[in-house]
Amino acid sequence: MSFEWIVRIVSENWPMFLRGAGMTLFIALIGTVIGAVIGLMAGVIRTIPMPERGPKKLVLKIINIILSIYIEFFRGTPMIVQAMVIYYGSALAFNIDMNVMLAAVIVVSINTGAYMAEIVRGGIVSIDKGQYEAAQAIGMNHFQTMTNVVLPQVIRNILPATGNQFVINIKDTSVLNVISVSELYFLTKSVAGNNFRYFESFFVACMIYFVMTFAVTRILLYFERKLDGPDNYTVLNEELEPKKI
Amino acid sequence: MEKVIEVQHLNKSFGAHEVLKDIDFSVHKGEVVSIIGSSGSGKSTLLRCINLLEKPGGGQIMFHGENILDDRHDIFAYRQKLGMVFQQFNLFENHNVLKNCVVGQIKVLKRTKEEAEKVAMKYLKVVGMDKYIYAKPKQLSGGQKQRVAIARALSMEPDVMLFDEPTSALDPEMVGEVLKVMRELAEIGLTMLIVTHEMEFAREVSDRVVFMDKGVIAEEGSPEQIFNHPQQERTKEFLKRTLSL
Repeated sequence: MSFEWIVRIVSENWPMFLRGAGMTLFIALIGTVIGAVIGLMAGVIRTIPMPERGPKKLVLKIINIILSIYIEFFRGTPMIVQAMVIYYGSALAFNIDMNVMLAAVIVVSINTGAYMAEIVRGGIVSIDKGQYEAAQAIGMNHFQTMTNVVLPQVIRNILPATGNQFVINIKDTSVLNVISVSELYFLTKSVAGNNFRYFESFFVACMIYFVMTFAVTRILLYFERKLDGPDNYTVLNEELEPKKI
Repeated sequence: MEKVIEVQHLNKSFGAHEVLKDIDFSVHKGEVVSIIGSSGSGKSTLLRCINLLEKPGGGQIMFHGENILDDRHDIFAYRQKLGMVFQQFNLFENHNVLKNCVVGQIKVLKRTKEEAEKVAMKYLKVVGMDKYIYAKPKQLSGGQKQRVAIARALSMEPDVMLFDEPTSALDPEMVGEVLKVMRELAEIGLTMLIVTHEMEFAREVSDRVVFMDKGVIAEEGSPEQIFNHPQQERTKEFLKRTLSL
């Protein structure tokens, strides 16, 4: 009976599943955070207004070309192949035996970064021109405008897309089994290899993946609402001195 | 009287279209100057050129006798001294009312938080929005937003206030509350440059009225002169069209 097997597999192998789930979540989380930072930087650089002339223009142009190549390349190739290329390539090219964990985090980060760069760029472009003008009109420079006015709004707007990316990463870390990262899929495969119960073992993995992605989605939704603040505001009374902000 | 802003031979083109043609014009300290004219006459562009939101094509803009189009001139320092009020309000969407008035003071003028909040409260009181300091821009009506925008500009304690059609995006019943605030500012002797379609208001508060047509200053003089005894044929025509509405 399948159900009995499921119970048995879970009771015998739960530390293995837990370890795999933990590893999956860890790689996905770190990868998403680093990827988001890469994407934020790349997105900001790609939206710097082009100077009309001078050496600054050349430098910015070269950086933009490099960023374009990075984005197009990592969006245009499968992560499973990138993992192989980076892991075995680093050994071949630099003669370093890269830790698989490090390789896993690097692959997920730069892959996420490529997607996030475009998401961030879209977020920045969608901010009303008036926000920039108002910031400039009170004397803010580009950096101040970005950090105080534009990026806070961009980050709020791209939060759903970032959460989406996180969910994708939780699922897609499974491809890292090709470089023997001990994440959930890899460990499930070894559990199944021991008991020859493929359906039951992977059914358990399936459930774990779903619980993780579902929990993450809910948490992010809650976080989004929190960030938006209350719908109402307090109107101050005459007597009330507005001290605490 | 001391000239705060003096525009000399200012040109501006968008592509092949010449928007401003050889504009000469100045604003004295404590003066309220209104710029009137039909849509597309270049009046908004002139205002936007003055605080460099549009790059002038040629000519000079003198501020307290210094040419700010000089390459060495610090445009960020210059913009701090001009308060700008936009047609579309352009409040910082990510900040509440108080923070909108404070952020520029802290980041640009390097004031302390306490000092900045004190100044902000002072001007929010002037515009009658001191009770709404915790509201986010999206929770306010158009008239309220525009009054906050005025307070934000005043909080920087600029030498000149520039108003770019401040009531054009407002519902008719909200125009009054904004004009009332502006009238008060005019009375306390603030130097103001106002692009407006509110002819009654321009006639009443201005020390001087400038009529623009097809990118040139067609006529300028006291409100009495412009509205009651216009010399130019096109001024007469424009006034006939707008006042008979």
